[in-house]
Amino acid sequence: MSLEQFKRRDALPGYIFYEAEKKPQNGWESFKRVLKRTFKGELFVGLWIVFREMIKRGNSHTLSYPQEKLAIGPRYRAIHKLLRLLESGNERCIGCGLCEKICIAKCIRMDTRIDENSRKEVSQYTINFGRCIFCGFCAEVCPELAIVHSGEYENASEQRAHYALKEDMLTPLDEFKANKQKEFKGFGALSDNADSFVKKTPLAY
Amino acid sequence: MDAALIIETVIKAVLVLAVVAGLAGFATYVERKILAFMQRRLGPMNVGPHGILQLAADGIKLFTKEDLVPQNAVAPIFKIAPVIAPVCAFTAMAAVPFFPEFTVFGYKVTPIISDINIGILFVLGVASAGMYAPLLAGMSSSNKWALIGAARTVIALLSFEVVSGLALLAPIMMIGSLSLIDINDYQVGGVGSWLIWSQPVAFILFMIAGFAETNRTPFDLIEYEAEIISGYATDYSGMRWGLFFIGEYANMITVSLLVSLVFLGGYNPLWIIPGGIMILLKVSFFIFLFLWVRAAWPHIRPDQLMWLCWKVLMPLALINILITGIVLI
Repeated sequence: MSLEQFKRRDALPGYIFYEAEKKPQNGWESFKRVLKRTFKGELFVGLWIVFREMIKRGNSHTLSYPQEKLAIGPRYRAIHKLLRLLESGNERCIGCGLCEKICIAKCIRMDTRIDENSRKEVSQYTINFGRCIFCGFCAEVCPELAIVHSGEYENASEQRAHYALKEDMLTPLDEFKANKQKEFKGFGALSDNADSFVKKTPLAY
Repeated sequence: MDAALIIETVIKAVLVLAVVAGLAGFATYVERKILAFMQRRLGPMNVGPHGILQLAADGIKLFTKEDLVPQNAVAPIFKIAPVIAPVCAFTAMAAVPFFPEFTVFGYKVTPIISDINIGILFVLGVASAGMYAPLLAGMSSSNKWALIGAARTVIALLSFEVVSGLALLAPIMMIGSLSLIDINDYQVGGVGSWLIWSQPVAFILFMIAGFAETNRTPFDLIEYEAEIISGYATDYSGMRWGLFFIGEYANMITVSLLVSLVFLGGYNPLWIIPGGIMILLKVSFFIFLFLWVRAAWPHIRPDQLMWLCWKVLMPLALINILITGIVLI
């Protein structure tokens, strides 16, 4: 498309023009319009339409919310979750800090330390959900698929800090053992044979 | 005046007041449900099975809400205005027969509080006096939306009153009586003798005027939310607002009764259906029509209402009277 075409703002071919009703020019024409509108019965068409909608069974679009809930899409970006490795149950997060770096709302904060096995461990991980804009960059940048968005959208709480600490977001160990950790299903999710690629990073070369 | 008549009248009055006030409350539930189904919603669902106890919840809410009187309002008028609405609506029902005569323990009961010989005039007059409620409420509120609502009340009154009066004149000319019992008895000979067949124009005109009189949707300009918040009732809360509401629904019932009595054969029995059931069916249909129209139709501007009533409906009513007069002679 050339720039000239792109800049054309008038109606392109393909638009359908609607012929509006002509305004009455004199008294006789407006009288005829009154008669036409009176006896055309358009009002009764309206009555029939709402009556038809009323007598249809199961016609309601209302979701009685606390009892019924909409199915959330797998890529829905609600409250974050920290996942565990599939077999060992260790945390997936390797403390690389990419999510903290990319976060455009600057709401992620993490602290790491070297643990007893001289491996890097995430000691603190918090997300300030007052600032989070749920853009999904953290989940996208995470090399280990450790931080993902869950479908947990009912985040009314008494305190701003709820959900935001590491222990709130991390899959609890008992839930993990009951095989209840839901894997992230969308683009960029783990492949089915992801387990076979897991190995401990060697400490010394 | 003997004591039996006084006792009978008091019992009837209390019954009408209690039953109609209850029905008016129930009509709010029915209205919500029907409007919801027509708009593909569910309506009240949570209080009781299918929300049937919503009525009680609303009552508790209205009775326990704080009674506010705005700072610059004219307090005495502001407080009295809401009472006028239901008082006029219920007073109008004094001259309306609800059911055919029946006997209880050998005592003949006429289900009308007072069969005055100017019944229909009384009903129309008192129902129109009910327009003082929105007028006084709007003017005493010291609120611009309420004031516009009050002004529109006057516009509505000036418009529909002439139409409802002239529309009813033609059937009254045929019957020769203003008593609603006489009007009902005139149509005793089955469906063919209903006045809607000989006075279809008057029927339509009176229906339109009835919608305007009850401030229902095509003519709800005095409390149309999108334009003037809640019109005259903007500053009202709690039970004072609830009184306006009861008055509006009682008015709907009165207008439905009037149309059924004057044009649709009233409480005359039809085939095997007894008269009491017939009038209930007719009134229920007209109440449903009020809600149906509210779900389906847009509302009109005040100037359109005046245009409609004075330039279209009033000439039609006059021509109707003229033709009726020529045919009668």
